[in-house]
Amino acid sequence: MNIIVCVKNVPFTQEVDLVLDASKQDVKKDNLVYVINEWDNYAIEEAIRIKEETGGHVTAVTLGKEADEEVLRRCLAMGADEAIRVERGDLNPDASMIAAILSAVVKTIPHDIILTGVQSDDLNNGITGSLIAERLGLVHAAVVNSLKISEGKAQISIELEGGQDEMSQVTLPALFAIQTGINEPRYVSIMGIRKASKKEIKVIDASGLGLPGEDLQPSLIMEEMFMPPETEGAEMLQGDAGSLADQIIRIIREKGVSL
Amino acid sequence: MDFEFTKEQKDIAKAAREFALGEFVEKAEEFDREESFDDSIMKRAAELGFLGIFLDERYGGAGLGVFEQCILQEEFAAVDLGMSVATLTPVFGSEIIQKFGTEEQKLRYLPSLTSGDAIMGCALTEPDAGSDLASAAATAVREGDELVINGSKIFITNGTRADFLICFVVTDPDNPGKHRRHSIVIVETDRPGFEANKLRGKLGIRASDTAEISFNNVRVPRSNIVGEQGNGFAEAMYLFNLNRIAIAAQGVGLARAALEESIKHVKKRMAFGAPLAAYQAIQFKIADIFTLMQAGRNMVYDAAWRIDQGRIDHRLVAAAKAFCGQMAVKCADMALQMHGGYGYLAEYRVQRIYRDAKIIEIYEGTTEIEKIIVAKSLLA
Repeated sequence: MNIIVCVKNVPFTQEVDLVLDASKQDVKKDNLVYVINEWDNYAIEEAIRIKEETGGHVTAVTLGKEADEEVLRRCLAMGADEAIRVERGDLNPDASMIAAILSAVVKTIPHDIILTGVQSDDLNNGITGSLIAERLGLVHAAVVNSLKISEGKAQISIELEGGQDEMSQVTLPALFAIQTGINEPRYVSIMGIRKASKKEIKVIDASGLGLPGEDLQPSLIMEEMFMPPETEGAEMLQGDAGSLADQIIRIIREKGVSL
Repeated sequence: MDFEFTKEQKDIAKAAREFALGEFVEKAEEFDREESFDDSIMKRAAELGFLGIFLDERYGGAGLGVFEQCILQEEFAAVDLGMSVATLTPVFGSEIIQKFGTEEQKLRYLPSLTSGDAIMGCALTEPDAGSDLASAAATAVREGDELVINGSKIFITNGTRADFLICFVVTDPDNPGKHRRHSIVIVETDRPGFEANKLRGKLGIRASDTAEISFNNVRVPRSNIVGEQGNGFAEAMYLFNLNRIAIAAQGVGLARAALEESIKHVKKRMAFGAPLAAYQAIQFKIADIFTLMQAGRNMVYDAAWRIDQGRIDHRLVAAAKAFCGQMAVKCADMALQMHGGYGYLAEYRVQRIYRDAKIIEIYEGTTEIEKIIVAKSLLA
């Protein structure tokens, strides 16, 4: 079973007050700490679990700068066998460019399963996985919260709205965009780090993939990034617990949620 | 000179922080309040290789250095010092066994420590001998192939949870050199005559077990002596030099916690129509904590790096320990002051940081002892 996992190094933004930079095209990132994208952490864990159960080979791939290799070392330390960094150079890719570049890379590697996260914590496009699959002509499913592999098939569960799941059977090869909570990702061990430090990370230049020019043009042009306007103050409810509950339910109904 | 961590060191720092955030945060307040701990957290840390990373790979360690141990200590302490101490001290003293023990002792005791299956501790301090370690009076008298141990020890980390302790006892009372009278002896805690009582009511690091211990005719085989008989003082000093710098790293971690909590608070809390962060009285404190923390960290890195190069600088180690102890206390004080009344409450983490900080000035050599070491070396 050959599994490829696409991962991304993203700024850790929980409990951080984000500030826009002068270009108004991005947030200031100088003081931000980078971590593996939360969804990708579940994806790499899922890949390693499949490998541990059925045997196989896990390759982690990222599109980024040299500093982003730390996310690949993390994957290796968790148990991935191989890691590839696609050097992005001066490109500032949107989701369609990321998908074009990553699909050109993974196309050349044998694969039964490709895993991505549902979305990335920085730009939240939520479409990269599906775009890669479409480019490769692969069956795909997003928001996968359960994955069982047997005899060349995958039993998957897809998270729908309203707490419902949809069960499907998919014939491999296929791409799955993994949802958080599908497993409990392991911690990185010192032994894993030591093992990872001895492995070489393969570097491929994005500009050398032979992609047509239009694939390296963004299809999405960002005009301006801005902070959401501050909303009006909160409405303070009064009363005992019972009356508070009634008022809250009334407000929720008024706002259009069916209870 | 290169001030960057290696990639491996960066990965270790990140892994340690992730572990501490995942395992310590939710339980820290409870363990502090109840003076308790859950050993399954320590076992998980052991499985991940965090215990005894400075021990040789032959004994289940990672074969890394004091520098990497300092990275771990800072990262864990930056999340919670009490739980950090409870998690990392089960191997406290293993340095002595690795350096001075026989191969048989190493194979017998070290692998079970790094796997988290056994816990050890060091019994050095006595009710009447703390900083003046050479006056420790517990005795080990030879009877045939055995040693008979009598006496008492106090402030012993892991006293009630350890499987064995390395004990600093008088074996050669008649030796004219007062630094040649003691030996380090391994005492298994299930031996008859051994008793340990947990000390309650500590100001800080309350998740860590501290005990008073008594030996009443405790018999151990003579083969439990670690290293040469009469060499105990030198072995204890060897341990102090390695551990002092790790304690200093704990101080850096605490200062970082104080800084993180303060920044969060002063950006949120309003006074006179602006967040506290807008006032210079606050800004100066934030800048001071950062500056003191970074100064301490540089001393720790310098001293730890020299130890790993095999060029230990006792003066620098002592200076780093003295500085980081006072620095942690001062940073915690500034942080609490910035929190005002909130900081005085148990539910605010800064209160725990404030209480935890003081231990850095006390254990593994008080600030005063460290300064004596620095001064003696300068005035010699």
